[in-house]
Amino acid sequence: MPIVTYRDALNQALREEMQHDDRVFLMGEEVGEYNGAYKVSRGLLDQFGPMRVVDTPIAELGFAGIGVGAAMVGLRPIIEFMTWNFALLALDQVVNAAAKMLYMSNGQFPIPMVFRGPNGAALQLSAQHSQAWESWLAHIPGLKVVTPATPYDAKGLLKSAIRDENPVVFLEGEMLYNTKGEVPEGEEILIPLGKAERKRQGEHCSVIAHGKTVLIAIQVADALAKEGINLDVIDLRTIRPMDVEAIAESVKKTNRAVVVEEGWEMCGVGAQVVDYIQRECFDFLDAPVLRVHQADVPMPYAKNLERAAKPDAQKLTAAVRKVLYLE
Amino acid sequence: MATKVVMEALSPTMEEGRLVKWTKNEGDAVKSGEILAEIETDKAVMELVARGDGVLRKRLINEGDTAPVGQLIAIVAAADENIDELAGGAADAQAPKAEEPKAEAPAQERPRDARTSVPEDPAHSQGEASTPPQERDRRGHERFATASQGAALGAGDAEPGDRVRSSPLARKLASDRGVELGTVQGSGPGGRIVKRDIEQAATRPQLGAAAPVAQRAAAPVAERRISTEGDYQDIPLTQIRKTIVRRLAESIGPVPTFYLTAELDVERVAEMREAMIELGDQYKVSFNDIVLKAVATALQQHPEVNAHWLGDKMRYFNRVHVGMAVAVEDGLITPVIFDADRKGLADISREARELAKRARDRKLKPEEYTGATFSVSNLGMFGIDHFTAIINPPEAGILAVGSVEERVVAVDGAQAIRKRMNVTMSCDHRVIDGATGAKFLQTLRRLIENPLMLVY
Amino acid sequence: MAKKPPKSTSSKSNSELNHSFLRSMLLQRRFEERAAEAYALGKIGGFCHLYIGQEAISTGALSVLRPDDYVVTAYRDHGQALARGMTPRSVMAELFGRRDGCAGGKGGSMHLFDAKLNFLGGHGIVGGHIPLATGVAFAIKYRGGDQVCLCFFGEAAVNIGAFHEALNMAGLWKVPAVFIIENNRYGMGTEVSRAMANEDVNARAATYNIPAESVDAQDVFAVRDAVTRAVDRARAEKTPTLLEMRTYRFMGHSMSDAVSGTYRTKAELEQEMRRDPIILLHNRMTEAGEIDDAAYAKLDDEIKVEVQDAWDFADASPEPELEELYKNVVVESLVTSH
Repeated sequence: MPIVTYRDALNQALREEMQHDDRVFLMGEEVGEYNGAYKVSRGLLDQFGPMRVVDTPIAELGFAGIGVGAAMVGLRPIIEFMTWNFALLALDQVVNAAAKMLYMSNGQFPIPMVFRGPNGAALQLSAQHSQAWESWLAHIPGLKVVTPATPYDAKGLLKSAIRDENPVVFLEGEMLYNTKGEVPEGEEILIPLGKAERKRQGEHCSVIAHGKTVLIAIQVADALAKEGINLDVIDLRTIRPMDVEAIAESVKKTNRAVVVEEGWEMCGVGAQVVDYIQRECFDFLDAPVLRVHQADVPMPYAKNLERAAKPDAQKLTAAVRKVLYLE
Repeated sequence: MATKVVMEALSPTMEEGRLVKWTKNEGDAVKSGEILAEIETDKAVMELVARGDGVLRKRLINEGDTAPVGQLIAIVAAADENIDELAGGAADAQAPKAEEPKAEAPAQERPRDARTSVPEDPAHSQGEASTPPQERDRRGHERFATASQGAALGAGDAEPGDRVRSSPLARKLASDRGVELGTVQGSGPGGRIVKRDIEQAATRPQLGAAAPVAQRAAAPVAERRISTEGDYQDIPLTQIRKTIVRRLAESIGPVPTFYLTAELDVERVAEMREAMIELGDQYKVSFNDIVLKAVATALQQHPEVNAHWLGDKMRYFNRVHVGMAVAVEDGLITPVIFDADRKGLADISREARELAKRARDRKLKPEEYTGATFSVSNLGMFGIDHFTAIINPPEAGILAVGSVEERVVAVDGAQAIRKRMNVTMSCDHRVIDGATGAKFLQTLRRLIENPLMLVY
Repeated sequence: MAKKPPKSTSSKSNSELNHSFLRSMLLQRRFEERAAEAYALGKIGGFCHLYIGQEAISTGALSVLRPDDYVVTAYRDHGQALARGMTPRSVMAELFGRRDGCAGGKGGSMHLFDAKLNFLGGHGIVGGHIPLATGVAFAIKYRGGDQVCLCFFGEAAVNIGAFHEALNMAGLWKVPAVFIIENNRYGMGTEVSRAMANEDVNARAATYNIPAESVDAQDVFAVRDAVTRAVDRARAEKTPTLLEMRTYRFMGHSMSDAVSGTYRTKAELEQEMRRDPIILLHNRMTEAGEIDDAAYAKLDDEIKVEVQDAWDFADASPEPELEELYKNVVVESLVTSH
């Protein structure tokens, strides 16, 4: 099976869906002539032309709203934010327009569109460029929020997001674009939104992760397996709607859980996961559920401080040992 | 067509407005949009404008009066139009020019309820229910349930400090596998009992192994159901009752209690008891059994004390379930003799004995100690000749029974030594008035002093 | 696609057009008056922004459109909804929060929608809907159509970022949108000179390479003529236009705002009310002998009956089913599987 980068898997998804449906177009900063700030849209302008691969001025609020307007009258826009940090300028369109239109119009105006771009910290980009936005966006009824971790998932989830009839927030891991994985060729990959996937099978402790932290969880699971500790790694894949059944099934089996995410602790995705666990698995818990997340500070620039702020394998391992009563 | 002028909501939160000034007189011509009056809202003085053309035919409230939003306050109509019906309707709906419209105002229809900030019916403010139906761990909560019964005798609530810490899973496993949590040493943080502790304990033979508790006295439970609809009558509170309730609670606390004491002659009870003992062990009953029977019979005749206080109403029961305070090691519990008025002395005696034993053994089920309509507490066996018991809400009364003692009393003008017993009834004054309680005690006295009536 | 002449109503005689304008404006006026009354009685809740005084804009502008054109507007949207052909019943029922409202009672006064009439909503965030209009116009061009998108907003919205971003891209990409500023001189309580460094609409439009015009918007025909020119340009040349409609609102900003007193004087209000667009048109028709007092009174009575019917209909319409609460949050459909 071909080994493909996360970036190229996304590129394949965009290309296939633009071929599949001529209502689909891509709009954003540097998506055309520059081939994308992260080269996700490489070659698309040549193939589809400037009407379907649209370079915009630096105007997130404006072009996000243009996408919503186009979606109202039947197109299927994909709006690329160069990073989700810039999308804050466009949140009125994402939250007040895209997410609410169907409800306010009582079903008359669905908004089939995708807002996508890199999310979460990369390396030494410091405070304004190193943030994970999924808990903010998942708070909003009317949106779907997707966080693929692997090239295969990136492709299959993006294709499904583009075909979805709702506004989908698609959060790509900035540090994941170069990661590689198997992506089959000549096969239509459509992964349903709202379904988690077990990335490692184990009976001792559940680790619930999404996006970049899935890779950390897998790394820790593989290391601990050598000690005979088997982690059940659940990749949420979609934050909203969240696959509560998958979480509950895993935790009922292992009786303990650690939730790991890139974002901050307060009102984070992990808080929601823990809430589901206490409701669905109360009688099955043998230890309090622990969370691993970014330190509760703006991201610092210095290498050592940045490392200390981010969730990593060491912090996750410590949390797992704690819920296993191993220390 | 006549135009009704109503008190309008001139601010988003306004519920009533005070008419500061009429700017038009009756008989003045008015045009739509013209100012009719100045209205003081909850925020400012605003202008009320006409919504139709014609003549201001009738002003229905005076300057200075307050009217709720929506109330008709004037009529604009053509000069010759008949407005009797409109004006008459208004007169029925309110007493115009009354001095105290304020008190009545909130009672009027409030058309702006859509904008009140607090949802009036909590059932309608349904967000996504984050709270699941309470799943109770019976074992964990029984302790508290037991402790709260202590209120009946004034014992303080037990401190939860000695609670065994355990994970939810450990509790469930312990319950499934019949492991007593108290016998397990926890290995988790702070001594928390966790899964592995239960698994280890379950593989050891159990000390003093819990004989299957539940099956033992399961027999008559079905028939002992707690009162259900039809078994009682709810009486809404009258105004006088509400006033009494408020005043009494202000005076003495949440349960305004008063006490009625009577010294009963139990000479005949003692004779009857001895006679029964002579008939054989199976006829042996205690003083307390006889008191329970007498109380049950008296309650049956006095439903006005066989009652619960439910905050907004009083509930009178047609069935008599007598709670019986039993001292246990670290407090007390009040198991219930259900339908005691329909049970014979022998049945009551046997049941009381069983319940007391099972209470001391900590083997009562919740349905065996809830649902009493009235309670009895007896400290006679401790030599207490007189005491007051604390009502166990929502019950409205409890009878405290002292010891049986020989006392010198006057009988028919001569000194005599008689067996006597003090009873003190604590009454929730919100439900039971002095005379009501006294009448109940009268009946009780007649029964106790003529115990053959109990056998009848 | 055939280049159809846009003045589809020009074949009508002037008198007919005058009558239809008078009817449309009076309907909006009477509707809003009753809406105010219903609000005062608590039948309408929340925010409610009335259109009284500005009726010539909706009437003149929407008279130019074809049924397949699009309309996007802000929260002062009752007038445009009626002028676009939504029934007083469906609008009033929406204001009442009832099942038969145009959005089933879920949108309310600020969010009127009608997909069948390409009426893409009232929107509640100042200026937030202007990019939507550019997007609709972009979609028209994307599909090679010759429709246009009309977008209405108040003058205060031109100070917000969304306006500039949307007009810049509209001018940059040449999309068939007509942006209509309803300059009623007050953004809530702030007079335009207190909010805008440069009030000249032409200067503003020039920044985006867009033609602009300023119009006396109490004259329904001036509105119609200016919008006709803009719509022609949009259809034929795919060029957007920025129009400034100079008008005045006779009511407060919303129902919780006094009509006059704090930020504008009674004298000013009375002065402006002499240029009531309905009176201006009525006078013109009277002078031309197109209408007499009896005919006007008859028309007004008919409209009052129609609005009363809308009120009664809305009042009788049931509240939405409670199950509606959770409906249309998202489109419930599965992704096409392989």
